[in-house]
Formats: sequence, structure tokens, C-alpha cells
Amino acid sequence: MSHNIKLPEGSIEKQTITLNLGPTHPATHGVFQNILELDGERVVSAEQTVGYIHRAFEKIAERRPLYQITPLTDRLNYCSSPINNMGWHLTCEKLLGVKTPKRVDYLRVIVMELARIADHLICNSIVGVDTGAYTGFLYVMQYRELIYEIYEEVCGSRLTTNIGRIGGFERDFNDIAFQKIDKFLKEYPAVLKEFISLFERNRIFMERTQGSGGIGADRALNYGFTGPNLRAAGVDYDVRVHSPYSSYEDFDFTIPTGTTGDNFDRWQVRNQEMWESLSIIEQALRKIQDLKGEEATLYHADAPAYYLPEKKDVYTKMEALIYHFKIIMGESEMPSGEVYQSVEGANGELGFYLISDGGRAPFRLHFRRPCFVYYQSFEELVKGGMLSDAVITLSSLNLIAGEMDA
Amino acid sequence: MGLTTDHIKSRLTEKFGEQITSMEESYGMLSIEAPKEINLKVLNFLHDEADLGFRFLTDLTGVHYPDRTGEELAVVYHLHNLVENVRIRFRVYTSIDQPDVFTATGLFSSANWMERETYDFFGIRFVGHPNLKRILNVDEMDYFPLRKEYPLEDQTRRDKDDDMFGR
Repeated sequence: MSHNIKLPEGSIEKQTITLNLGPTHPATHGVFQNILELDGERVVSAEQTVGYIHRAFEKIAERRPLYQITPLTDRLNYCSSPINNMGWHLTCEKLLGVKTPKRVDYLRVIVMELARIADHLICNSIVGVDTGAYTGFLYVMQYRELIYEIYEEVCGSRLTTNIGRIGGFERDFNDIAFQKIDKFLKEYPAVLKEFISLFERNRIFMERTQGSGGIGADRALNYGFTGPNLRAAGVDYDVRVHSPYSSYEDFDFTIPTGTTGDNFDRWQVRNQEMWESLSIIEQALRKIQDLKGEEATLYHADAPAYYLPEKKDVYTKMEALIYHFKIIMGESEMPSGEVYQSVEGANGELGFYLISDGGRAPFRLHFRRPCFVYYQSFEELVKGGMLSDAVITLSSLNLIAGEMDA
Repeated sequence: MGLTTDHIKSRLTEKFGEQITSMEESYGMLSIEAPKEINLKVLNFLHDEADLGFRFLTDLTGVHYPDRTGEELAVVYHLHNLVENVRIRFRVYTSIDQPDVFTATGLFSSANWMERETYDFFGIRFVGHPNLKRILNVDEMDYFPLRKEYPLEDQTRRDKDDDMFGR
């Protein structure tokens, strides 16, 4: 790296040093390498590279029928995999013209909002860890556990959930699932309140996050920011509101925004979003109770060509087994066309761009991963700041290695 | 909503006339095509005109169509007017022998890594890009893996005829 660069005014030493922050540094949250040029502890320039854990999802997807792609989406943002799953199934439904019943939409909203809370919870507590405040992180883990137990009840798995089907869910939510959701709704508000006050009363946390890693609205938009990172800069863009999917238009919620787009704003926006998510889940539960007649029990669309038969039938009936096999192997007809569907992922707009030529697998599938877009702004965010601020900026962007280099 | 598809179409026709080779709507999104020589002009027009205002680059990626002789590679831009909440898809084609397309980094900072990714996987060279090098694969790689000439084994292959499973 060149040493002939213009140093910030007032620097005493006219020499800079190069520091590799990562890969596999405890503060880099994955395989990211940040080559920082430092003047003392001040960052003069930075170059960030994505680690080579690239798994070729898009290539693999070109050989897989739709259902076989779902497990790939799980592994993008693994902190909130249900959102990825739902986004993918919504894309398939858009292509195939499958219309889902209201109950499915509401159940999906519940699962997606739980996933959002789980994701924000981890991100915000990790920001705390990077400022040296470890307690919050340990404290909220058990509440992420409660969310994982809900997933487990709904689909049988916890982290890479593979939740849902094209057209709905594999099975209906049972009473225990609803009880667990109620338990979470009852317990979590007090925890969240305490979590927030734990940090907001921590002077070190406040002083290290406020005023560092800031970005203005114009630059954020130009960099393609979405999600909490964009909203922290004051732009109230939210896919759930602007391009509603899964009946989000039926819900009443506000879009929290910040003003300066700094690390604290990003942290704060996520906290406020968790409150909104709790309210959305409550509304969804009420809406499900208000459904009448057949709508109140349907948990999948009537699309036998794409909706997998129930497992109990697959195990006992030949017809169901054949259907299952045919759907998994992509024997059903797929229309040609180009579809773009996006959802409000926990860390921003997660988009699926699918080109189908009528074959059994997509001709081309591209994931628009929000953190891939954010990370390129890292230099601008940390330039002129302190090295220790760079660490917090990195975590407050909510970068997920799996999503970044899909 | 003020900005309609018809308005976008008429503004583009007014400005570029025959140069816009295709304007179709599929799955609710207007899709336009233009020669690669004017990709920046079109992007600039869509970005700068007050009544169009596509100032957000949502996505940029490549596609390989091995059967389209002379225009095997495509660059696809997804643009978004956040105020009117209208999305548009814009694509240009280039030949695989000379895959040069002008970079959009001057207009969108977000195009930087997206173009690097597209270069990395398809070998599309973005002319004027400040740092066009591989981003997800190793630098020593001498091929572009998302091109169709590097197929994976087909998991849905039909050569395994098995009547037992109704195939």
C-alpha cells in the first residue's frame, strides 16, 4: 500500500502503518479482511476484502428444482433464515402464480417477525460486545433460544430452518407453538426494556457509538443501503411498507428512523424495530383469531402441483409419495419469465432475481444480498476515525459472512 | 402513484427513439433493453430526469445466454425510484469475445462491488471501473465460473430411467 498519501491535518507522525484487521480476527465476525492504513490510531485509508468462503449458491441453483434451492437460502443470513426461506417461496409463488390464503400470510408474518427479532437481538448485543459490554449479549441469548424453540415447534429445526413450503406451511401451527409465541410475547418486552437501559446507561457504550461510523442519507442511498442501516440515516424506506408482501399492508406499524446514521442510530433503530415486530406479531395473532370459516384453518394454498404432500401421507400413501418425488425432482411445469421479488430481511432488502426458461431448474438465479452492498462503504465510514471505532462500525452494519459471499 | 409505466416508456422513446430495443412488462416490472454503447446514457437519463428519478441501484448482475450469438452476455440493472416506489429492469447485451461495458460506478457507488462480482463470475469487463478485480474468487483463477460452459452435474438428469419411481 502506498505511503504517499495526504495525511489528516494535525498528524504528528508523517508515517503510516498498515494493519490487517482480520481475516479471522475476533472482531471481524467472519472471514473479512480489512487492510487499514493507520496514522497512530487514526484510520487513514481502508481496503476491505470478502473472504473466500464462497459457496457458489447461484451456480448450484442452476441445476436444482425449486424446493432443492430452499436449503441454500437458509444459509445466506443464518441469523434469520426463515426470512430468507419465505422470500424464496414468495419468489416461487410469484413465478408460478400461486395465491396463498390469508392465514398463511399471517403465520408467515409471525415467523418472519420472530426471525427479525432474533437477528436484531444478536446484532445489537454483538455491538455491545465490541464496546466491551459483554453482559447484554449473554443476557439475551436465552430469549433467542425461546424463538428457536418456536421454530422447532413449527418445522423441527432451529438454525437453518427450511421453514415453509411453496404455498404455505408443511403443517399447521400446533397449540404448543402458539403457547410458546404467547410466552415470548409476554416475557420479551421487559427483557428488551432492560437490555436497552443496560446499554443506554453505559457511558462507555454511548460515547463509543455516538458520532462514529456515520453516513448521511444521500451517501447511504448512493451506496445502496437498505434496512436499518438506511433508516438510521433518516430514510424511511421499508420493503414491508413500500412493496408489501405476505399481507403486510394489513398491519399497522411505524418505520423507526434515525438522524445521523451513526453506530448508535443503527443500534437504536434495531431496538425500535423489535418493538414494532412485537406489535406486528400481536396483531397477526389477533387477525388469525378473527378469520372465519375455511380461511381460519387453511395452512397452505391449493396448489397440488407445487405444494408437497403432508409427511404422514408420504409415508403411508403411494400417491402422495409419487407426488412428493415428482415435485422434489422438478417434474411440474415451470413457466418462463423473469421475476424479481424482495423482502425486508433483518439487515435490509433481500432480493431474489430468477430467470426461468421453463426448465426444471432456474436458468439463472441471483440473490441481492444486503450486506454485500453495505460492506463496500466501510472505508468511507471509518476513514478519519479511530481504529477502535472501526471495530464497532463493522459490527453495527450487521454483516453476515454467509450472506455476503453467497 | 404518479409515475406510470406508460410515462416511462414515452419518455424513453422520446429521448432514445429506436435505440431502446425492447420494452416489456413481465411479472409487474417494466423491462427495457438498449445497446451496450448507450448504457450510461440511459442510466443517466433515468437517474437525472426529475420525473423519472431512478436514483437507487438495487441490483446489478450478469447472465450468460450461450445461444445468443454475438450477444452472449447480459448485464441486468434493477433500478428503483424510492419516492414513487417504481422499479424498472434495464439490460444490455455484449458479445463474449469482447465483453466490454461501461461502468456505472460514476453514478452509483453501489455499482462498484456488484460490477466486480459480475466481472468475477462472467468476465464482463466494466470499462472505467476504478478497481476491477475478482472479489469472491481467488485472483489466480483463469475462468469465469457462472458462464454456462462450466456445467454442474444435473441433479435432475433423465438418464437414470427408473420405472419404479414413475419416471
